[in-house]
Amino acid sequence: MKFMKALAAGVFAGLALAATSASASVLDTVKQRGVLNCGTDNTAPGFGYLNTTTGQMEGLDVDFCKAVAAAVLGDVSKVKFITVTDKSRFDAVLTNQVDVVFAHTTIKPARESAIAIDFLPINFYDGNGVMVKVDSGVTQFSDLEGATICTTQGSSTEMVLTNAFKARGWTTSKVLTYENLEKLFAALNSGRCNAMSTDKSALAAWAGNSPKPADYLILPDTLDKSPFGGFVVANDSKWRNALRWVHYGLFQAEESAITQNNLDEKLKSEDPFVQKLLGVGGGYGKDFGLADDFVAQSIKAVGNYGEIYDRNLGPNTRMYLDRKGTANALWTQGGAIYSPLWN
Amino acid sequence: MSINETSAAPGVVDRDQQQARRLRNRLRYDAIQFAIIALAIALVGVLAYCVKEGLAAKGIKFSFAFLANTAGFDISEGKTLSFGEEILPVFEAFTSDRTNGAAFVTGIFNTAKVAVLAIVFSTILGTLFGVGRLSTNWVVRNLCFWIVEFVRNTPLLIQLVFWYFAVVLQFPPLASAAKWYGGVIISQQGLHFPSLSWAGDGSPISIALATATWLAFAGAVFDPVGKMRRACMIALAVMIGVLLATDMLSVDYPVASRFQASGGTSLSPEMAALLLAIVVNSACYIAEIVRGAIDALPKGQWEAAGSLGLSRRDTISDIILPQVFRVVLPSFGNQYISLTKNTALGIAIGYPDLFNIYGTVANQTGHSLEGIVIVMASYLLLSWTISAVVSFADRRLNVVGAKR
Repeated sequence: MKFMKALAAGVFAGLALAATSASASVLDTVKQRGVLNCGTDNTAPGFGYLNTTTGQMEGLDVDFCKAVAAAVLGDVSKVKFITVTDKSRFDAVLTNQVDVVFAHTTIKPARESAIAIDFLPINFYDGNGVMVKVDSGVTQFSDLEGATICTTQGSSTEMVLTNAFKARGWTTSKVLTYENLEKLFAALNSGRCNAMSTDKSALAAWAGNSPKPADYLILPDTLDKSPFGGFVVANDSKWRNALRWVHYGLFQAEESAITQNNLDEKLKSEDPFVQKLLGVGGGYGKDFGLADDFVAQSIKAVGNYGEIYDRNLGPNTRMYLDRKGTANALWTQGGAIYSPLWN
Repeated sequence: MSINETSAAPGVVDRDQQQARRLRNRLRYDAIQFAIIALAIALVGVLAYCVKEGLAAKGIKFSFAFLANTAGFDISEGKTLSFGEEILPVFEAFTSDRTNGAAFVTGIFNTAKVAVLAIVFSTILGTLFGVGRLSTNWVVRNLCFWIVEFVRNTPLLIQLVFWYFAVVLQFPPLASAAKWYGGVIISQQGLHFPSLSWAGDGSPISIALATATWLAFAGAVFDPVGKMRRACMIALAVMIGVLLATDMLSVDYPVASRFQASGGTSLSPEMAALLLAIVVNSACYIAEIVRGAIDALPKGQWEAAGSLGLSRRDTISDIILPQVFRVVLPSFGNQYISLTKNTALGIAIGYPDLFNIYGTVANQTGHSLEGIVIVMASYLLLSWTISAVVSFADRRLNVVGAKR
């Protein structure tokens, strides 16, 4: 058995299935490499989207990638975006192809128990919605009995739709799945799908980015919760904890009113907590294996959570998803964006 | 020859020695064969063990237990095997309360369905194209040439997306769909045709009528005696008329409701596009095989047929094609296997073939490695089945003196 184990280890290393040994954390790997490989979508406006006019990646998920790169490597330009699909995103992390994935992924128990990944804190609260074309005459979900509703392969929406049909006793309704949001939207436009269903933010994004946003109607029904979070490979506390507090740093910065613009004056602040948070004369980073000024670096790169939200999803964007009164507002304004205590 | 050998006839010793040597040689040969097989099995075993250990180190369990769990998702079309009270398993529509294993069966069903239909149609179309490329008619010849050239030189995936988004999805929506005579509905939601459904009971008269119909059908298709095809066809038409008149066979017309049509048989848009793409694509490869085989036939065959006064059409159908089909079957078999594997591209347009369903199951359960093992084994089995059928047909065709 010992021989077998040794042989197994040898072959295993040879197969390069385990790119990192158990002791080395992804954090060390990233710092050694000097580049963060970040998995994002590139077809989800507002989250991970390749802007074809500027050739730049943009979105909330993209900004979180940048924040992590700035916090870990101290340089926002040291991030490499690797496109993942709904289907490939878990394997991309498991095979160490990417260090972390931010790809509007719904946090679900089966994903943490059966797939060896760990989720990061929720960075966007969403819900499953349904969108139809206005000329179909459908105004609420209950009109859709017998319809073909389309979604993306491997998404949590597949299960949500099936359960919604079951709960209503609809036996003739069909779920059709496509590879990505682009094909899904094309199928809705062609009329093959009577409705398309995915997270409401994505529905708003696709309608908003289309030539005629008024042609689409997002139904009032929310079929289910859909909280988004990034994720990393399981059993790597060092990496995961560092990333968790990068998230909380962005939340806390908004609460402490630290923005990209006023960062320089906040660095001179007399408030001992703000000083420590921004790593002036010692901070929170060292023990995580990060620089002490990691929060300051990430704010310098992308701003606090509120700024990230407004830049990608806020009222001035085509997405127009207002935070007010939703779970995405700061906890002091009745939302669910909440950083644990730092002091 | 040494002195102490006591042999009456020198040849006997030689023969004994020879036999011993032969035995040794055979044993050595068998041992080597056996060792190679054992080594191969051991290698696979070690590899499997290593993968399992490696996964265990990452906290992933390798087991097929998830196949028995409830799937919980819907599949847009397809049937699965159901082991009920009947002796034989029956095909039933997949529902979300079936198991993950049943979902895989649905995927295999859908893949096999497209593959079988595509094999039949692409063979017919490919033969037509292949003969068309050698036509004496300039228009037909060039048309076939350009179709074949164009299709063979563009990627199948692009063709598939073209057929789906640019052709099938451009059909009118169900509400304004064209309804043809006989109730054929062609729409974005699918192509719906009327179907025949059997409403007869188990009474002797209906069983006799059904048997007679089948016999007429079989006679018309296989023509065992020769020269009775026409009679069988007439009999078949009469029988179907009788069955329809006595209400034992009823025509089931599709009826369109708000979102979909029910009744009759239907072809989903995804299936139609995948079938179109694969049939046209393979037909072009098959056309080249057929053309090459015809070109390889000795010119004397054409000349001999011409001197017997056969028309060009008769020459091709009675002299050329029968000889061609004896030659091309192995190449056809290759084409059929690659066609079957190409059905996995259905994932690009949402057709729920085996690979597509594997993706869904892997995502919902996290057991992607076990899933891919199942998928590979299934494709291997499908390919082997096709090979077996083709080689059987090949042997059957090449028996000297066998009837076509």
